[in-house]
Amino acid sequence: MTATATPVAPRTNGASIAHRLFVVRELGIALALVLLIGVTFAVNTRFLNAQNVKDLLLGSSILAILAVGQAIVIITRNVDLSVGSILGLAAFATGAMFQSSPNLPIPVAIIIGMALGALCGAVNGGLIAAARVPALVVTLGTLYVFRGVDYTWATGRQINAADMPASFLHMGTTTVLGVPVLALFAVVVLAGAGIFLRSYRSGRELYAIGSDPDAARLYGIPVGRRVFWAFVASGALAGLAGVLHAARFGTIDANAGLGSELNVVAAVVVGGVAIFGGSGSVYGAALGAVLLTTIGSALPVLGINPFWQRAAVGVLILAAIGLDRSLAVRMARRLRGGSARGA
Amino acid sequence: MAPETVIDLAAQPRTSRQRPPWLRTFASWETTVVLALVLVILIGSATIDGVGDPRFYRFVILEAIPIALIALPMTLIVITGEIDLSVASTVGLTCSAMGALWQAGVTSLPLLILVSLVLGAVLGAVNGVFVTVFGLPSLAVTIGTLALYRGLAFVVLGDKAVADYPVSWTTNMIAPIPGTVVPWFVLVVAVLALLFGVLLHATPIGRALYAIGNNAEAAAYSGIAVLRTKFWLFVATGAVSALAGVFWTFRFASARADNADGLELSVVAAVLLGGVSIFGGRGALLGVIAAVALLGTLRNALQLADVPANALTIVTGTLLILSVVGPNLVRTVRERLRRRQPTPPMERTQR
Amino acid sequence: MRIGSTRLLATAVAAALALGLTACSSDSTEPDAASPSGGSGNATGTIKEGLKITFLPKQVNNPYFDISDNKGGKVAVEEFKGTFAQTGPSEGSPSAQVSYINTLSQQQTDVIVISANDKDAVCGALTEAKTAGAKVVTYDSDTRPECRDIFVNQATGDGIAKNQIKLISDAVGPDGGEIAILSASANATNQNAWIELMKTELAKPEYSKLKLVDTVYGDDKDEKSFQEAQGLLAKHPNLKGIISPTTVGVAATARYLSGSSYKGKVALTGLGTPNQMRAFVKDGTCKAFALWNPADLGYLAAYAAGALASGIITGKEGDKFKAGKLGEYTVGANGEVVLGDPFTFDAANVDQFNFG
Repeated sequence: MTATATPVAPRTNGASIAHRLFVVRELGIALALVLLIGVTFAVNTRFLNAQNVKDLLLGSSILAILAVGQAIVIITRNVDLSVGSILGLAAFATGAMFQSSPNLPIPVAIIIGMALGALCGAVNGGLIAAARVPALVVTLGTLYVFRGVDYTWATGRQINAADMPASFLHMGTTTVLGVPVLALFAVVVLAGAGIFLRSYRSGRELYAIGSDPDAARLYGIPVGRRVFWAFVASGALAGLAGVLHAARFGTIDANAGLGSELNVVAAVVVGGVAIFGGSGSVYGAALGAVLLTTIGSALPVLGINPFWQRAAVGVLILAAIGLDRSLAVRMARRLRGGSARGA
Repeated sequence: MAPETVIDLAAQPRTSRQRPPWLRTFASWETTVVLALVLVILIGSATIDGVGDPRFYRFVILEAIPIALIALPMTLIVITGEIDLSVASTVGLTCSAMGALWQAGVTSLPLLILVSLVLGAVLGAVNGVFVTVFGLPSLAVTIGTLALYRGLAFVVLGDKAVADYPVSWTTNMIAPIPGTVVPWFVLVVAVLALLFGVLLHATPIGRALYAIGNNAEAAAYSGIAVLRTKFWLFVATGAVSALAGVFWTFRFASARADNADGLELSVVAAVLLGGVSIFGGRGALLGVIAAVALLGTLRNALQLADVPANALTIVTGTLLILSVVGPNLVRTVRERLRRRQPTPPMERTQR
Repeated sequence: MRIGSTRLLATAVAAALALGLTACSSDSTEPDAASPSGGSGNATGTIKEGLKITFLPKQVNNPYFDISDNKGGKVAVEEFKGTFAQTGPSEGSPSAQVSYINTLSQQQTDVIVISANDKDAVCGALTEAKTAGAKVVTYDSDTRPECRDIFVNQATGDGIAKNQIKLISDAVGPDGGEIAILSASANATNQNAWIELMKTELAKPEYSKLKLVDTVYGDDKDEKSFQEAQGLLAKHPNLKGIISPTTVGVAATARYLSGSSYKGKVALTGLGTPNQMRAFVKDGTCKAFALWNPADLGYLAAYAAGALASGIITGKEGDKFKAGKLGEYTVGANGEVVLGDPFTFDAANVDQFNFG
């Protein structure tokens, strides 16, 4: 694995160690999730009835899709803060499309939504890769720009459930063998991204870029092009999330997805993807999304004042990065015979 | 590079004909921002009714004060290569705490302010501990405390708004300097700006900050207490954010848990537009102050020209992108002029 | 938005208004329920021409204010030949609104018609604007009384509370049970006032079988409201009904219920718009809901603004003014003008309305 060629950064470890780290981290989140569900179930058994499980899955699907896209970007040591705005834009576009042509086939709507998202992602990726400017700033800027375009387009209009075909809205809530269709979308996206990152050369190269961009460049990896496509992927997934948002919520105004970028980054970080790139997995990010959603619905059931929810998310983020840090330090020590220390 | 730039700016008027300093001054991003500010004011006064009016500046200044305050320590933090996204939540939690204390019967203004500042310093210290003691990335830590502090603000005050402060407190807070329309609180900002400016540009500590931002490891080897310096910067940011919270509470005469929600983005935007590199090691306080003024003036001028809020959102975003693309272009042009190879800035160690 | 039959609507709402007034005689704030004049623009004639009247909603991009301002306020201002404008922040925060108040004050706007994001935080700026010569009318959501000249209230809090509790009681049935409220933001002045009045109403003996078990906040965000509705049902297995006195919340709750196994088992009512709620009234998720006509609210606010700036009224209790097609209104205590009682929509009449 290319990442091992970079002794400068202590957070880059050997493939096997890194893999074990993934497993430990993902098991950790899964454990936290099980614990949370268990306690909540003990307090109120209704928490796990069919309806509520379905709601949980529906709730986490969209966040999970966004988190997968975000994880791909963060692994390359970048960040995409514009996903909430892209989601809003794609959701409104979907509604507007159905309003003007009600007979549009659903797959076409999905493709158009994803293409619009990919276009936004290409703007991000183009600026970042070509103009060589930091992703944090560029996507903060496009967060405003895309939302502004959305606002200007909508100008106070709202698209209601009645404006969209019933079959499309049905897709937002229906289930196949008890599993919501939206969750199936998320699973397909997750599996696709997981296989790509694990088994394809260009996927592995994303980790190398995140571990040490300079070394990756020296090694001959087309850093700019890979980063560009990572943003296009994140944009396209945000576009998909926008279409699914429209199907699930049925009412769309210009504010769809407002402020969701922090939730997405939180899910990814909680899921064990290092904020400075090079490690983590999309599975962890998706688990992080499920965990955050579950906290959101468990707190009211546990009778905890909903005002605590944000604070709980904050504590969870701090705990997750702290855990990552200590795991990384321990792994690095074991790998180097105890010589490495956290810088 | 940056400290010299400021000296350039003061010592070399724009009209200087000497080529290299002229070029350097012209090509420095800080100058571009100042020029843009002058341009906005000139064009605005000529074309938009009300821009240039004394009341216009009063409103711009009132709006800019909290952003300017927090931008001061934030500039120093970003120069060391770190960032603090929790500042607006610190403002919110300070407001909530003040509201709760007032309701609990604490009616001494000095005591309320003191408690707020101490609270802010503690919140900053928490960030500092996570970043310097545990060695965690400040971006992730402060996203966490952004959520945590805002959450606590809601826990403390809940859905209430505390607004029954004495009218004298709230009117005094925004009272003008006698004989002018300028709010007196701007003097507090000016004093702090002077303090932070001297600290950054005229003391060994300031040079140490640039050194840390350029290469923390090298700075540590040269005897700079990297972690301790960063820790105190976070404490200072917390305390100044709390001061902004005090101002916010009395300016709006309302303590609410959601006060200043999203303000961190305005502060970061101003700092970056002011020419401070997000990678650290480069930037000057004058540029940041000019950027705060530019953003505030432009926004209010466009509002007066009936530009809808939706378009303003796009303007803000575009300016932010320009703030990173712009200096990059300027730098490339300068380096081309000096016949040197441009170096790619992207692959510095952090984003 | 898509207002098709304004004429029909105007007549119907005015009729409803008159009906409501005969049924409910509260304080002195009720309008005199003149017969509808057909909205042909025959204003009182005493309102000055050329007044600059600007609407400052909680936020632009909100469909509710799009209707109240652009379909109501604008029509009225054009009727008395003033200059209408709408401006405001894209996010609903008090500090952003203050910035716009300052701008309007500098632009020498004759009347600022504002729906306040915070009853205190905008006060300083409004007072400064008044000193500079502007008149201030609040609508939809009030400020402290001393900061404005007149408040145009969509309905009295008491009227809303009575209506909502009656509707949920009818929907839940004679056996009663647990009910919950899904509100807008936790800081919303009007929502909190209504909730308090609903509690008073619930304390009456005829509602002794209804038990309010929870109040949650959807922040007037569709997604959040949807999730809060979901959370309510997960938490309270015996929940029999939900009241959501906000257009965003009731639509989101309706969508959640209609796509879940609770449809028809958990009753829903609230304040909603006919266009958003039509489908859910027909599929049985919601039997009846209520609202005033937001366009009429904006229309009345604009006329109050015109009358105020022309010196016809000053905001004193007992002042009277003509509001075009809506007829004559009287200023009540604390400078309040009340549009009327909320109008109830159900399966029998929902198709006759087209707004929201």
